Amino acid sequence: MNIIVCVKQVPATNEVKMNKETNTIIREGIEAIINPFDTYAIEEGVRIKEKTGGKTTVLSMGIPSVADLLKETLAVGIDEAVLLSDRTFAGADSLATSYALSKGIEHIGDYDLIVCGKQAMDGDTAQVGPGLAEKLGIPHTTYVRKIEEINDKYIRCQRMTEDGYDIIEMPLPAVITVVKEINEPRLPSLKGMMRAKRAVVTVLTAKDIGADSDLCGLKGSPTQVVKTFVPVHDVQSEMIEGEPEEQAEKLAKKLLSMQFNTSDSTEVI
Amino acid sequence: MASIKIIKDKCVGCKLCVGSCPFGAIEMVDKKAVILENCTLCSICVESCKFDAIDFQKDEVSNAVDISLYKGVWIFAEQKNGEPESISYELLGVGRKLADDLKTSLFAIIIGDEIENATKKLIAYGADKVIMVEDKSLNYYNDESYTDIFVQLIKENNPEIILLGATAYGRSLAPKIASRINTGLTADCTKLEIDLEDGKLLQTRPAFGGNLMATIICPKHRPQMATVRHKVMKELEPDEKRLGEVIRPNVNIPTDLKIKVKDVVSTITESVSLTEADVIVSGGRGMGDPKNFELISELANVLGGAVGASRATVDAGWIGYSHQVGQTGQTVGPKVYFACGISGAIQHIAGMSSSDTIIAINKNPDAPIFKVATFGIVGDVLEILPLLIKEFKKA
Ligand SMILES: Cc1cc2nc3c(=O)[nH]c(=O)nc-3n(C[C@H](O)[C@H](O)[C@H](O)COP(=O)(O)OP(=O)(O)OC[C@H]3O[C@@H](n4cnc5c(N)ncnc54)[C@H](O)[C@@H]3O)c2cc1C
Ligand SMILES: Cc1cc2nc3c(=O)[nH]c(=O)nc-3n(C[C@H](O)[C@H](O)[C@H](O)COP(=O)(O)OP(=O)(O)OC[C@H]3O[C@@H](n4cnc5c(N)ncnc54)[C@H](O)[C@@H]3O)c2cc1C
Ligand code: SF4
Ligand code: SF4
Repeated sequence: MNIIVCVKQVPATNEVKMNKETNTIIREGIEAIINPFDTYAIEEGVRIKEKTGGKTTVLSMGIPSVADLLKETLAVGIDEAVLLSDRTFAGADSLATSYALSKGIEHIGDYDLIVCGKQAMDGDTAQVGPGLAEKLGIPHTTYVRKIEEINDKYIRCQRMTEDGYDIIEMPLPAVITVVKEINEPRLPSLKGMMRAKRAVVTVLTAKDIGADSDLCGLKGSPTQVVKTFVPVHDVQSEMIEGEPEEQAEKLAKKLLSMQFNTSDSTEVI
Repeated sequence: MASIKIIKDKCVGCKLCVGSCPFGAIEMVDKKAVILENCTLCSICVESCKFDAIDFQKDEVSNAVDISLYKGVWIFAEQKNGEPESISYELLGVGRKLADDLKTSLFAIIIGDEIENATKKLIAYGADKVIMVEDKSLNYYNDESYTDIFVQLIKENNPEIILLGATAYGRSLAPKIASRINTGLTADCTKLEIDLEDGKLLQTRPAFGGNLMATIICPKHRPQMATVRHKVMKELEPDEKRLGEVIRPNVNIPTDLKIKVKDVVSTITESVSLTEADVIVSGGRGMGDPKNFELISELANVLGGAVGASRATVDAGWIGYSHQVGQTGQTVGPKVYFACGISGAIQHIAGMSSSDTIIAINKNPDAPIFKVATFGIVGDVLEILPLLIKEFKKA
């Protein structure tokens, strides 16, 4: 079975400091990492291949230096890496990203399953997986927490919902997007790391994959960011002082006086 | 082709732009800003420069449509067993305002089986018209059939705005539709307004795990599509006397589907689901031990609420992933949120900061959680929680 795993480079957002005067985020020495959700996608792709045989390919659209990150995936069992890199792709929204990736996938060809992360940590839209499936004209299932069965013909998987999960069956080729619960990614093996070092990443341009430049990048993006700002949590915090008994009593009083009716809330199912 | 460059003569070297770029793509060289090759052309930095030194050339977006042909505001009314989900009412609440500002009608689209009763409720909550597609096969949400039907309705009626819930189903359906009809889709909106000058929909959403808010428009394509976060928009008071029209359009109900929904399983053991709950009591690593989570459940029970958790406790195996609140878990917005022994990492706050009232109990007075808390108690959760449970039992 041939599996393509879509991987995005994102800035690590752990350390965020704010510049109070300018209301902007101060970021220094931003580290580029593989989108955390995509590490589960990689692991799942590798696990399926280990069971069914075949090949795993990672595919990313990004700047040239993403190639270094893609190499790392070869240390955890991925066979090949493809990077779509071209200024034509820059400024893409989720629709233009879906289009470019779908052209990349068609270029790679001969695929059975495409695995994406649930969402990227920067754009955070979770729209690329479904968007890309539609561009390829194949079915998709989002938020997959478990693959129950996969064979040449179909995949049966569990899609996480707000109150449980759905069991979905669809024919291959298909796209799935995976949540963190699906697996525990392995650490790179020594042999893998050696392999990764020697690996060559295939870099393709818009022309190489036959992408229509009108549908790529800013040109192909119906949405536009017009303004950004740092959210302010301007809450009036009130600390409740006193001995523990007093604190509990005061807090309960405050909540009850806010018409926070304890019997009412049980009706919400 | 789109491009960005720094106009050297205008750049005074103030570095404001450097901090504004979320991708770290601006560097100072010889006291002038320089755009690095990892720039994604996201345009966020442009506004940060007070000296107009950033020259950003946008491309005209291609394949524009004649936007004057599109009319009406639509919401997708998610339902379960014929009962609208609460997100549907929230969408009607915000949709009503948008439709009034645009002086147009508000439509609710409902797809399912035995949904006749739901249509009355949707009208009471603000819909002018309800388009209903009813069939036995549409009983459960199915990406394929729902998309096929929705796209038929869009092509027939040309709405200018479509809102869906940013729920598990909404976040799957919306991008599939948008990709098929080639329009823009803004994810997870927390604010929606009409630009009264030109009638455009201004869509504001959190990105970067809640660290940055972005306002997004879809200027040249229609419909303008958005998914909307649950529990952010307010529903209207229902008015049983409101009049509305129910339309049963002629659509092809797809058969022979590729995607088959084999089962729909509910795993909620408590009576209340996390995303629907009015009260959530969450525990963090400060609970000390999985056994102490019983205190969390007990308080949640007394208040008729649901149990939440930080990622640290989920990773430690104290409680299941379905309880995790935060960037990589669920986004919640209850009336009251208790954070017990939770430090308040940005990734946790991203998932609960829209709660109406936040209560933090933490032994460390400097814990970041207190910054977002309405009420804070500095103390030992193991001591405070039993006392609180006692107080609420009395009430
Ligand atoms: C502040 C801000 C707000 C934005 N808001 C929107 C918006 O509301 N609507 C919109 O359409 N666009 C938006 N964008 C643009 C969006 O971030 C980009 O289109 C991005 O390329 C893809 O979307 P995402 O990051 O949300 O990915 P998601 O859809 O969240 O990613 C899901 C999965 O798709 C795969 N994937 C995504 N991107 C790539 C890639 N480049 N290469 C390989 N695999 C990939 C990965 O497997 C990933 O886990 C926004 C951008 C910014 C900076
Ligand atoms: C990519 C990424 C995604 C993430 N996604 C999420 C997410 O979705 N949700 C999430 O929650 N986290 C997420 N995290 C993890 C997050 O950064 C924190 O590590 C996590 O939230 C910490 O959990 P905690 O507050 O329970 O534990 P800690 O940070 O260890 O805090 C424990 C707190 O309990 C207090 N305490 C200890 N004992 C007591 C006591 N007896 N009484 C009172 N207080 C006490 C301490 O003062 C401390 O503040 C993510 C991280 C990354 C990198
Ligand atoms: S904000 Fe403008 S003036 Fe200041 S360093 Fe950047 S480009 Fe130069
Ligand atoms: S356009 Fe975006 S990525 Fe490029 S420098 Fe400006 S803020 Fe950074």
